[in-house]
Amino acid sequence: MSQTTIDPRHLRAPPKRPLRLSWADERVRAIVWQVLIVGAVAGLIWWLVRNTQHNLEVRRIATGFGFLGREAGLPIGEHLIEYTPASSYARALTVGVLNTLKVAVIGVVLATVLGTLVGIARLSKNWLLSRVAAAYVEVIRDIPLLLQLLFWYTLLQSLPGPRQALNPVSGVFLSNRGLRVPFLDWETGHSLGLLAFAAGACATWVFARAMRRRQMADGQPRAVWPAAIGFLVGLPLVAWALGGAPTGIEWPALRGFNFQGGATISPEYFALLIGLVTYTAGFIAEIVRAGILAVPHGQWEAAQALGLRPGTVLRQIVLPQALRVIVPPMTSQYLNLTKNSSLAVAIGYQDIVSIANTTLNQTGQAIEGIAIIMAVYLTISLSISFFMNWYNSRIALVER
Amino acid sequence: MSDITLSTSVAAVPEAAPRQPPALTTGPLAWFRANLFSSWLNTALTLVLGYLIVRYAISFVDWAFVHAIWSVENNQTAACRALKASATPGACWAVITEKHRFILFGTYPYEEHWRPAIVCALFTALYVVSAMRRFWRWELAIVWAVTLVVIGVLMWGGVLGLSYVPQERWGGLPITLILATFGLAFAFPLAVLVALGRRSSMPAVRVLCVAYVELVRGVPLISVLFMASVMFPLFLPEGINIDKLLRAQVAFILFAGAYLAEVVRGGLQALPKGQYEAADALGLSYWHKTGFIILPQALRLVIPPLVNTFIGFFKDTSLVLIIGIFDLLTAGKTAVVEPAWQGFGVEVYVAISVVYFVYCFAMSRYSQNLEAELNRHRVR
Repeated sequence: MSQTTIDPRHLRAPPKRPLRLSWADERVRAIVWQVLIVGAVAGLIWWLVRNTQHNLEVRRIATGFGFLGREAGLPIGEHLIEYTPASSYARALTVGVLNTLKVAVIGVVLATVLGTLVGIARLSKNWLLSRVAAAYVEVIRDIPLLLQLLFWYTLLQSLPGPRQALNPVSGVFLSNRGLRVPFLDWETGHSLGLLAFAAGACATWVFARAMRRRQMADGQPRAVWPAAIGFLVGLPLVAWALGGAPTGIEWPALRGFNFQGGATISPEYFALLIGLVTYTAGFIAEIVRAGILAVPHGQWEAAQALGLRPGTVLRQIVLPQALRVIVPPMTSQYLNLTKNSSLAVAIGYQDIVSIANTTLNQTGQAIEGIAIIMAVYLTISLSISFFMNWYNSRIALVER
Repeated sequence: MSDITLSTSVAAVPEAAPRQPPALTTGPLAWFRANLFSSWLNTALTLVLGYLIVRYAISFVDWAFVHAIWSVENNQTAACRALKASATPGACWAVITEKHRFILFGTYPYEEHWRPAIVCALFTALYVVSAMRRFWRWELAIVWAVTLVVIGVLMWGGVLGLSYVPQERWGGLPITLILATFGLAFAFPLAVLVALGRRSSMPAVRVLCVAYVELVRGVPLISVLFMASVMFPLFLPEGINIDKLLRAQVAFILFAGAYLAEVVRGGLQALPKGQYEAADALGLSYWHKTGFIILPQALRLVIPPLVNTFIGFFKDTSLVLIIGIFDLLTAGKTAVVEPAWQGFGVEVYVAISVVYFVYCFAMSRYSQNLEAELNRHRVR
């Protein structure tokens, strides 16, 4: 058995046959087909572009993004950055992008929480709870989202006016002008506290990584939570105290026809958020349920047989395996929620689609307007995909 | 073992304590104990949940049935408005009684409403027939073609003594069904081609297909519909005008095609490589291999996700509301624009939800049954 090494001559690729100019040669056929298909697509695009140029000329529409610098003159109710109708179109569109992100980010977080709870509830041993969760999932998934948004919006609008506002908890008012809640009287102390919290989160992460590395080196587990509490609670408290320990809270109060003070959640935003979160949660619940069911029961039993505590079993054994099944479909649900937030235009929440649509109606720049919408969503979608793919590759099963 | 049992005979026990009968393991009481009251936590959960369900069910029944107003005369909605503001609010189903023909058929001529009604019934019958496995034969394609022609004749008219109804007057449920059926019927072959192209060995074809799928999946349907409503007219040569419904239909087909292509690709990838190699070894051409070996198996694998995607797109037809096409949802929204009926949107939306729910729930149940049936050979 000395012939185990492979003859080096066999490692070489088989010699390439010379290209025969005949229809019988597979490679010739492939080249011809590709040339034909690419030619047809290019021809179609060329034809469309030529038509468009001609039509634009006839209608005397100037192309280009020059309109972005002009005064927008469109009022926007909700803006995270400074905005007046005298601002430029570029700024109006930025406000729209931020509004889209505002609803998408908060929606993703809330939908994940609600969806996970419902998914676990569907697996509950309690018959009533699992039936209720199942009914929720069935009903919410079989009705169009747009219909649900219109329903929530109509429901919120049919609430009484500010003078007869519902007052479920002292200081919280629900009326057809939206939800009013008490809010902190914002001062430097709060900003400092928030900054300290962000710094504390980074510090916790770094610390946890260092501890894990040392555990890997000598096998001794080390507790991270005392330091984490110090970083996440102590540090912000110190910063807040250094900033003068402000404690003022602004309570909403009825003055004239509307409320003053406190923070407002507009009916448009509220309806959009409720609709998106409840709808997406129905889909996430099914993903979470499938993920948990995908972990074989033997994994629980094996971990318990090793003497691990229930919490450790869940965190170290079951969740990592369930996440592997959950993350890829969850990514597409996050993308769906973000794309579905474009339905805001139907209920008057001014997201990027709504503002770009108004812009293209006002300026007649249809191509540019739609290009902006598509570019924004492509950027958001690709960013979420990249992040989730990175996360997925981190938790994926490493084989050989 | 046997002598141990013998040595501790019953007689050796001084007083045989009366033993408890075993806990119930069958019957309704045992079921309740196991499923609702197994621990104090479960008991508390059951009680709280039961209380909430009963309470809200009662107030819903009160709203929807007990206090509801079912019809009013001559659009006199004062009674409905008074009921809404009262302490015991009730639904005003009068809006449905009054407007249901408008919501279902839009502005189609009133005395011709039997035509869209038959169309809806035909569409539904077509779905039911296509869903039955015993009819999965090539003759089904003929049934589809004939039915769609009949539907076209009924909607447009102008022949066989039917009066001509222009497309601008169509509306309501037929539009929803037309958008969904034609959309998916045309998107599906497109999706199969794109999925094959994405797995093709020709780099140029692969790049084109990947670009199309990823571009479409990265943007919301609304932006594609906007494109159809404002940009398509710019794309076409002067003088050619395609009506709005057809433009939306084309946008819908292009959009659905990308999503369906990904589902089909899943099936192509799930097929063992040996099937491809065996077909090659038999010397089959590409189209013979694809048509007789690959696609029949790959499509069978993805029937359940395909049906789920169909459900998604059936719901998504409602988005044409935003570009002003008169589908079921738009008709419902328009029905409550009239001053007399303003403020009864909730009732209308609940009624429309029921229509969508019936179609989608039927499809989703069907998909679950089919999945179980197709996987039967794998269950041990």
